[in-house]
Amino acid sequence: MKVHEYQAKALLSSFGVPVPRGKVAYTADEAVEVAKELGFPVVVKAQIHAGGRGKGGGVKLARSAEEAESIARAMLGMRLRTHQTGPEGRIVRRLLVEQGMDLAGSREMYLAMVVDRARESPVFMASAQGGMDIEEVAAKDPKAILMETVHVAAGFQPFQARKLAFGLGLPASTLARAVTFMQAIHRAFEALDASLLEINPFLMTRDLALLALDAKLSLDDNALYRHAELKELRDFDEEDPLEVEASKYGLNYIKLEGGDVGCMVNGAGLAMATMDIIKLAGGSPANFLDVGGGANADQIRNAFRILLADPDVRAVLINIFGGILRCDVLAEGVIAAVRELGVKVPVVIRMKGNNEEKGKAMLRDSGLNFTTADDMSEAAQRVVAAAKGAK
Amino acid sequence: MSVLVGAHSRVLVQGMGKHGTFHAVGGREYGTNVVGGVTPGKGGTTVEGFALFNTVEEAVRKTAANVSMVFVPPPGAADAIMEAADAGIPLVVCITEGVPTLDMVRAAAFLEGRPVRLIGPNCPGIISPGEKCKVGIMPGHIHKGGPVGVVSRSGTLTYEAVNQLTALGIGQSTCIGIGGDPIIGTNHTDALRLFNDDPGTQAIVMIGEIGGSAEEEAAVFVKQSVRKPVVGFIAGQTAPPGRRMGHAGAIIAGGKGTAEEKMRAMAAAGIHVVKSPADIGAAVAEVLPTR
Repeated sequence: MKVHEYQAKALLSSFGVPVPRGKVAYTADEAVEVAKELGFPVVVKAQIHAGGRGKGGGVKLARSAEEAESIARAMLGMRLRTHQTGPEGRIVRRLLVEQGMDLAGSREMYLAMVVDRARESPVFMASAQGGMDIEEVAAKDPKAILMETVHVAAGFQPFQARKLAFGLGLPASTLARAVTFMQAIHRAFEALDASLLEINPFLMTRDLALLALDAKLSLDDNALYRHAELKELRDFDEEDPLEVEASKYGLNYIKLEGGDVGCMVNGAGLAMATMDIIKLAGGSPANFLDVGGGANADQIRNAFRILLADPDVRAVLINIFGGILRCDVLAEGVIAAVRELGVKVPVVIRMKGNNEEKGKAMLRDSGLNFTTADDMSEAAQRVVAAAKGAK
Repeated sequence: MSVLVGAHSRVLVQGMGKHGTFHAVGGREYGTNVVGGVTPGKGGTTVEGFALFNTVEEAVRKTAANVSMVFVPPPGAADAIMEAADAGIPLVVCITEGVPTLDMVRAAAFLEGRPVRLIGPNCPGIISPGEKCKVGIMPGHIHKGGPVGVVSRSGTLTYEAVNQLTALGIGQSTCIGIGGDPIIGTNHTDALRLFNDDPGTQAIVMIGEIGGSAEEEAAVFVKQSVRKPVVGFIAGQTAPPGRRMGHAGAIIAGGKGTAEEKMRAMAAAGIHVVKSPADIGAAVAEVLPTR
């Protein structure tokens, strides 16, 4: 789960990480009020779950109340496009109004923590080249990124923080502050069950103060059960409404741009493989939809409804390998959904596994117009042909 | 004939709730020697004919269990893995989906240096069909004993591959579902090493997914050490970057972990990479030395 910058900064601040003073605003009036409280200049920052906001016009400096108001008015409701949002962009609904920092003579660096799969541990990363896309830095000059593995029992040690600080070229007089700063980052990462915590830029001002000028935080979805207060930070406006709807029924749905073959599959790996085989058959998948291993008829019905709510879908492929999920349960759900929803697009069904014959008989006897297939490639060819025919 | 599990396996089930009990029964029906279950507080009782114990230590003492299958829900799953390791069980198979990543970081550190192997979490388990031993949630009937080792990050996609093999009359030595989480016990390379050393395995199927670099590392190992034909497939060739495709580990992040990169590395290592998931069985039929 991603959270907004203002939420991340509030959380980090509670762990002792210095951040600029600021507050969230939902309206232009609120923005002006916050700006006046902080004193000018202020920075108005659009809050969306995507990076690259500055380049897209989502970060602006205001020197007066009038300026703050006009910037806030223009920004709220605007469709902000960055390299991370895709061409459709995101609508700005919240602003972070922050004290304007004097950046003259300052240094912008980079700090981050992630869980590294290969090391099976959290790692602390730092780079002197902050403020830019860290992936570009990593691609151009991997040595420019310093890395320290966090020991599970001992935690993140001061010597590791010192290595990073000296590696960044921080002056000796800031050393104690830098160590405290990084240790606070580590405490926050572990306590929040974060999967990514990124400070970019990590700022050293002209008078050698250190602070998190921006913050990006993602939380481990699997750990949210023990962080009731963090669950509240979820912003449904930042998610695709169909994906939110699907998650209510324990379904995992992801809309894919430009596709027209809807797919419903059990299991994430098979769902990805089904998308792949549709592409190989000359078609284009409209979504990823994993109904899970133990889906019931009701979930299947809801999955079908969500799938068909996407107007781009011209044909549907259902690919189920029933291990726990029985084919007759699947057939029951599909038949109920098609009857209830009056499905207009062609439906191709391929199912294998437990109670396969019974499920197939139910589909046959339903009187509804299903196309069945015995294997994945036959199923893919049929559904792609059906989608093309429906155009 | 098989790796890790077989006729010698004495299986304990941790977490004998609805799911655990269902699959304990399923394993027994398949022919697995399921020796009991652990549910703290239920020790001394039985369920479906399985003796229940309060702790893994007690269960091991009384049943000589040498494999544990973990169904404990996410909040207690890492704890259950560590309890099994502490009790001296050499093979722990964690089926549970949704274990917090930092819990697995701690469990992995706890297991380090102990004589224990972990499979999973978030996996379908492991099966050696020729020896009628099923430790997991996979449908037993699609499997058949034979010479092909299968290792995979997914569940149902593995069933798909196995089904293709069986339909062609090609049996499996052992099928290992290693799981789709970022931090797992046994990885692709570990499984390949086991199959390479197993005289009963003549060919290997390796099914990967987008995300991470485990497949690339496995490819290096195949090039250096594996002397048996390997057929490979990577799911997620059409997956968009930055989106987690179901499994916590299946995400293309920072331009890394793409299917294209993995397939290139695997092909360069001499692995027979198939583009279509429907071609896995046929590709094995082609490379299998003897039928």
